[in-house]
Amino acid sequence: MAEKGAGVAPGDRCAIGISFGNSYSSIACTIDDSPVVIANEDGDRQIPTLLSYVDGEEYTGNQAKALLVRNPKNTVVAFKDFLGQDFKSIDPTHCHAASHPEDKNGSICFTIQDKPEGEASTVTVSEISTRYLRRLVQSASDYIGKTVTSAVVAVPTNFGEKQREALIKAAQEADLEVLQLINEPIASVLAYDARPEATLEDKIIVVADLGGTRSDVAVVASRGGLYTLLATAHDYEYAGAQLDKVLMDHFAKEFMKKNANVDPRENARSLAKLKAESEATKKALSIGTNANFSVESLAEGIDFQMTINRLRYETIARKVFEGFNRLVEGVIKKARLDVLDIDEVILSGGTSHTPRIASNLRSIFPATTTVLAPSTSPSALNPSELQARGAALQASLIQEYESEDIDQSTHPAVTTVKHISNAIGVLTLSEDGETFTPVIAPETAVPARRTIHVDAPKEGGTGAQAQGERVEGG
Amino acid sequence: MATATTVSRALPSLPSDWSAEKDFKPVGSITASTQRTIEPVGPHFLAHARRARHKRTFSEDDRIQAQERAQKIEKDEESEESEPEDPMMLQREAKDWKSQDHYQVLGLSKYRWKATEDQIKRAHRKKVLKHHPDKKAAQGSTEDDNFFKCIQKATEVLLDPVKRRQFDSVDEKADVDPPTKKEAAKGNYYKLWSRVFKSEARFSKQQPVPLFGDEKSTKEEVDGFYNFWYNFDSWRSFEYLDEDVPDDNENRDQKRHMERKNANARKKKKAEDNTRLRKMLDECSTGDERIKRFRQEANAAKNKKKFEKEAAEKKAKEEARLKKEAEEKAAKEAEEKAKTDREASKKAKEAAKNALKKNKRVLRGSVKDANYFAGGDASPAQIDAVLNDVELVQGKIDADEVAALASKLNGLTVADEIKGVWSSEVKRLVDAGKLKEGEAKNLA
Ligand SMILES: Nc1ncnc2c1ncn2[C@@H]1O[C@H](COP(=O)(O)OP(=O)(O)OP(=O)(O)O)[C@@H](O)[C@H]1O
Ligand SMILES: [Mg+2]
Repeated sequence: MAEKGAGVAPGDRCAIGISFGNSYSSIACTIDDSPVVIANEDGDRQIPTLLSYVDGEEYTGNQAKALLVRNPKNTVVAFKDFLGQDFKSIDPTHCHAASHPEDKNGSICFTIQDKPEGEASTVTVSEISTRYLRRLVQSASDYIGKTVTSAVVAVPTNFGEKQREALIKAAQEADLEVLQLINEPIASVLAYDARPEATLEDKIIVVADLGGTRSDVAVVASRGGLYTLLATAHDYEYAGAQLDKVLMDHFAKEFMKKNANVDPRENARSLAKLKAESEATKKALSIGTNANFSVESLAEGIDFQMTINRLRYETIARKVFEGFNRLVEGVIKKARLDVLDIDEVILSGGTSHTPRIASNLRSIFPATTTVLAPSTSPSALNPSELQARGAALQASLIQEYESEDIDQSTHPAVTTVKHISNAIGVLTLSEDGETFTPVIAPETAVPARRTIHVDAPKEGGTGAQAQGERVEGG
Repeated sequence: MATATTVSRALPSLPSDWSAEKDFKPVGSITASTQRTIEPVGPHFLAHARRARHKRTFSEDDRIQAQERAQKIEKDEESEESEPEDPMMLQREAKDWKSQDHYQVLGLSKYRWKATEDQIKRAHRKKVLKHHPDKKAAQGSTEDDNFFKCIQKATEVLLDPVKRRQFDSVDEKADVDPPTKKEAAKGNYYKLWSRVFKSEARFSKQQPVPLFGDEKSTKEEVDGFYNFWYNFDSWRSFEYLDEDVPDDNENRDQKRHMERKNANARKKKKAEDNTRLRKMLDECSTGDERIKRFRQEANAAKNKKKFEKEAAEKKAKEEARLKKEAEEKAAKEAEEKAKTDREASKKAKEAAKNALKKNKRVLRGSVKDANYFAGGDASPAQIDAVLNDVELVQGKIDADEVAALASKLNGLTVADEIKGVWSSEVKRLVDAGKLKEGEAKNLA
């Protein structure tokens, strides 16, 4: 684990939760122990992860995103995953229509004109992250009315050790103490489990985090409030950006039907407009059954507007949607489980708003499986907010501890624990003889304690006691 | 857990000799546990950490050891080997994607149709990281992005289940040629053909496909195998080899013509493929020693059966003959015996009749000897009355009594003695109720 420096004294802390994505980020705090997602000065709770510079002025969030049309070269996007990586292992695809990542002695940087005048600067991805995090912290501080000093940040499960170190360092540079990095799917589970109406149950959960540039799925065993990852899968093909592309191609073709030989995808500016409006249309289709696509001067000064209905969208996006189903089925198999073993499916990430994706997933699970998405469950939380909420909850849980204490408590000597492979239980009588009733579910960390009340037999059993074998812990 | 589950079913009864402490009875043993990492998140983890640590501080050694023990959930991408890239392949034009080997482009030549979706995604990612044109441009290279487009095309095909099947249908590099007769004769017959059918099995709609097996396979297995393959239901199709249909609206006739031509070509190729498979099966089964052996065994079994049947028939016939003879003999003997019996009884009857006649003569003679119990000359009426009574007594007694009476009378000459015998006989018969009082009074 990385050096966290001296840290902030628990009494001086003001801690928040951060979901730091490649596409969007969110910040949340807790008020009276319940999480609140904070809107920035633009009123956005999903804050695009971008920085853009015009005349030395720094823009972020949706303001920066709007600048992709006329200022792409000085706009940095989709940089989060680059943190702590070397140039040879990054995928620059999503930076194509913005500032391109470069290799500077193995580390990654962007060349941008970030000052009013003079030469363009070469800024490392670490510095970009620091600047962006500073903006997030500022928004949070403005909302809370107190300087935010610390945060719990949610990261993908495959965020490597170097990436974690780099993120902690970038935060430190932004005067932000990272209390803990937690895995994104666990943050989402915690967001649901911390609801006042939630009951503590042993269950197997699939968390499908469908984002903008990636989709990550995890199988989590939840046992007595302790969470264990059983399997994960990551996909960089099927995610929100791919759905944007489906719509971009659709609208470009429609445009070309009226304007032969003018392909809006071939001009950088037109492409940027096409992309921005396609994403907006896509989001609108999550709520309405029709959405409007309208761009002034899409290409060669020609305005373009048309409507698309949801069914049409679902047809052209079918392949991507089916990809999500296969991804989820795959990770369940990887965990050596069956869809019948899954008690709960949590859909998280912006793309999870899409009704068809949720209903497709609903269809591969038995009716007994709860599928938590806005369109399948009225009690679902906003999938875009889960990770920030979970991180905020964790922040409020641990902010009173010394950072040394947190570090000691989260290291493998504490977290690596024996988990039973098969259920332990008692035999009870039923119509067809003796029936096994599990008391402790498989994949439960030991030692564990569970209480079960079982009737005593009618005869021959005064004071009968059932007892599982003890498995020595760690 | 905060709340306890309640189970309404009762526990089984304990054995009567159960004594709480020593008789702990585990129902099953517990499978070995796995080292996993619990997520250091949430209120319940805080409690766990408190328990685990007891204010203890762990050393760096503890950490490293614990980390090594934990089962890895995230796969180390670095450890995957990579296939060398053929320089010729890197020169490919993306527009020629139809003729490109998508598996080779992604470095999956070894796996082909066996590659999982996960493998394809990983392979794709690896290639993107290596060949992304923006990265090359950033590093000052002015290479074109043709190969990158090849990668994208390969992934598009292989990640689309429909397109992938179309490509797999014509992926000749995944084919395994049937062995020549010479190769098969070298003793590798089963291994070589197994490989052929394993590769061919990828086209089967029905999975899993029965295995070719080896010289130890049973007749059922071999029959099952050939039955399956002679009725093979294949998803193989040939649209991947279609000729391009013009995309413009101008030449509709030309378009329709091309479509028809393609449809016919597909049909023809499919038919050819079916024939190919059938021929291959014929060839394989002709050389299949197992089939020959099973046939010989079947023949031997058939002969054995025939032989056994004949023997059984012969035996049955013989048995029937013996039985018949025995029956005839028994019947004859019975008949002879019956005849002698008949004769014997006839003789006996005659003897008895004669004896009876003789005895009756004795009876009658006795009264004559006693002069019909008359003092002087017996009157005819007296004679008649005495003889009638003799007749009456005779009628009341059977042959044996007649004989007994005769033996008593035999040799007697004195009238009183004779009379005495008769009167006691009459008395006996009156006592026995065979004669009424006063009957045969002439003899009494
Ligand atoms: N209401 C909506 N309907 C459909 N898609 C949406 C909606 N809201 C957001 N999205 C899409 O979700 C994606 C962003 O997801 P999320 O906020 O989880 O981003 P992220 O975690 O930063 O993603 P990543 O790190 O994978 O790039 C974008 O593609 C966005 O267009
Ligand atoms: Mg995300």
